[in-house]
Amino acid sequence: MASKHTVITDPDPIFGKLTFDSVPFYDPIILTTFLVTVMIGVAVVGSVLYYGKLKYIWDEWITSVDHKKIGIMYIIAALIMLIRGFSDALLMRSHQAIALADKEGTGYLPPEHYDQIFTAHGVIMIFFVAMPLIVGLMNIVVPLQIGARDVAFPFLNSLGFWLFAVGAMLVNTSLFLGEFAATGWLAYPPLSGIEYSPWVGVDYWLWALQISGIGTLISGINFFVTIMRMRTKGMTLMKMPVFTWTALCANVLIILVFPILTVTITLLTLDRYIDTNFFTNELGGNQMMYVNLIWAWGHPEVYILILPAFGVFSEVVATFSRKRLFGYTSLVWATACIMFLSCIVWLHHFFTMGAGASVNAFFGIATMVISVPTGVKLFNWLFTMYKGKVRFDSPMWWTASFFFVFTIGGVTGVMLAIPAADFVFHNSLFLVAHFHNVIIGGSLFGYFAGITYWFPKATGFKLDERLGKWACGLWTVGFFFAFMPLYALGFMGMTRRLNYYDNPVWNAMLLLAAAGAIIILMGIMVQFYQIFASIRDRDKNRDLTGDPWDGRTLEWSISSPPPFYNFAKLPVVNDRDQFYDEKQNGTAYQQPEKYKKIHMPKNTWAGVVIGCISFVFGFAMIWHIWWMAIASFLGMAVSYIIYTFTKESEHYYVPVEEVEALESAHYQRLKEHKNQVDTLAV
Amino acid sequence: MSGGAEHAAHGSVKEYVVGLILSIGLTVIPFGLVMSGALSHPLTYGIIALCAVGQLLVQVIFFLHMNGSAEQIWNTVSGAFVVLIVFVIMLGSIWVMNHLNHNMLLGH
Repeated sequence: MASKHTVITDPDPIFGKLTFDSVPFYDPIILTTFLVTVMIGVAVVGSVLYYGKLKYIWDEWITSVDHKKIGIMYIIAALIMLIRGFSDALLMRSHQAIALADKEGTGYLPPEHYDQIFTAHGVIMIFFVAMPLIVGLMNIVVPLQIGARDVAFPFLNSLGFWLFAVGAMLVNTSLFLGEFAATGWLAYPPLSGIEYSPWVGVDYWLWALQISGIGTLISGINFFVTIMRMRTKGMTLMKMPVFTWTALCANVLIILVFPILTVTITLLTLDRYIDTNFFTNELGGNQMMYVNLIWAWGHPEVYILILPAFGVFSEVVATFSRKRLFGYTSLVWATACIMFLSCIVWLHHFFTMGAGASVNAFFGIATMVISVPTGVKLFNWLFTMYKGKVRFDSPMWWTASFFFVFTIGGVTGVMLAIPAADFVFHNSLFLVAHFHNVIIGGSLFGYFAGITYWFPKATGFKLDERLGKWACGLWTVGFFFAFMPLYALGFMGMTRRLNYYDNPVWNAMLLLAAAGAIIILMGIMVQFYQIFASIRDRDKNRDLTGDPWDGRTLEWSISSPPPFYNFAKLPVVNDRDQFYDEKQNGTAYQQPEKYKKIHMPKNTWAGVVIGCISFVFGFAMIWHIWWMAIASFLGMAVSYIIYTFTKESEHYYVPVEEVEALESAHYQRLKEHKNQVDTLAV
Repeated sequence: MSGGAEHAAHGSVKEYVVGLILSIGLTVIPFGLVMSGALSHPLTYGIIALCAVGQLLVQVIFFLHMNGSAEQIWNTVSGAFVVLIVFVIMLGSIWVMNHLNHNMLLGH
């Protein structure tokens, strides 16, 4: 609660609810963070200007519609937000480690700040770390795997990225201007209603999610259409690589459930802004409906997070076991089953709300059934490794770690799916341990495996292997230290989100968990150092062939990084592991006799401009600055209209000479590399 | 871009006008019924629900041009899947909320 602030009921016509009081000068932690952020910001902008790279960044990145660059930007944004989200985690773990007392005020975080931190942690990790990591990987990989030159709607891809970035910026702004929601990451009413959260925290939450959610929906549609319509010749659905399959299913889920999120938070917005009563206690409002709707989106959402990770593991396991994936068809069907089942289990998030035995039994059983296709997948991967020539490169380390960690998370998930048992586990740290177990051990390890695996494809050089293995080891060990104590604490009766506690028995476990968080911190630091060191030593780890791991699918058949048009000649697919097949037959790396000009989309200013104006719009709505809201809304509409008038010239042809030059250079490199290898072999 | 999206049907002006009129009509009817309170509650609810379904069909047929010709099987399949999920979520919510209301809001 924003207890330090007077509630403004009549916003100023010019500044809305914004006053000098809105800047949290009183909080030394926030003030320091603010100053550091400003200094870093100034340093980044300053160095860009100093080295005269502004035009380069604008032309090559900000306005780019190249899916590979957009993918890289998504991942960079996600890693930046990971720092923020993980700082929140460290604050909470360190606070709880010392907050043993019988009244509030111990530890170092006051309740209103602590509540914002656990809310921000959840929101950031799900929406602004996990989601962009997936969408980023999909952006980089999917068009390459299906043999396409770009996505179906390049402009929408750029717009989707900028809307997501705006959501993240709004969350970050809340740190320094006003407050963030103190409601928990899903902002249940009536706590999130205007009566109990009168200041701007929940509004930041609403508009950040609304804007980035629309961005996610846009990219979901984009990738669905891309996969459906732009597969290269011969690639039937059952010949698609598994990562593309899982991306397809995740996008179907995005299209189906993100509108529920949009509508639900719109209703809450109406409750807060124009005194409707959808979720209040009065006038027929029903907050249980909010919980029902938000989880009807929220449960499929966690499967959106994990399905692409399953896809990554499938690719990694097949490549590093040097074997065809075991049971491709069953894996695809398991993915499709999970996609459907994930839509009929949402009530397991609120067994205890009181729906009664019949409802709980249905949703409990449906939840347990989901573990069957998930188990099928695990056996698919294990059987792929069985009798394979397994190489333990760092992507495989993440995968192997995932097998162990995720299985534990799956088992505790089935425990939580038993309604009777859930009455004990509900809202306890057991639950917190469970979902970190599956999201870290399942989704996040998958994205890290994917980033390591496709890094050379996106950039042209590998990540440092030794540091990658260290990072994986630290993350795994840190994970067990940080979350196994939480399982125990859950059994001991500790609930989640406690600001202080008076049971001394819990303290030792919480200290252990804090130690685990520090081990994970070391893992993250190693990862950042890994990226830095790999860029520094990029000449040592160059990927000259475009196929550093002896890959099996189409993306490895072109150079690393790929030319902006991806494929000079669109490939024809006869086999699931098309590229591996070609290498076996000796038909890989054949330079076509002549090239054709290539039709490509042009860069556009519209995505970033509309995105930036949507930031102003969101900000104005949060602070009730109506004139600015109206002006920025019109600004977005006008920008889009102007863009539609320039649409005619949005494509161009890449001349044959340019294609020829780029391709010949690649084949030259391949030849030199081959000669080198042959010489070494002699 | 290898393209393909350009070939989608765009419909005639007449189609759009008819769709517009129908959709306005289907909005005005429930609104008018609620404002005037002319009919009994159950009847009003029923008509609103019917108008909502009608509205959905108008949007899909007149503005999204989904028709029986089924140029692409995918339109139909994804349409069917969406309907399935909408029913799962709608009927599921109604079922869940009925139980919740019954168990939790007895005095209401």
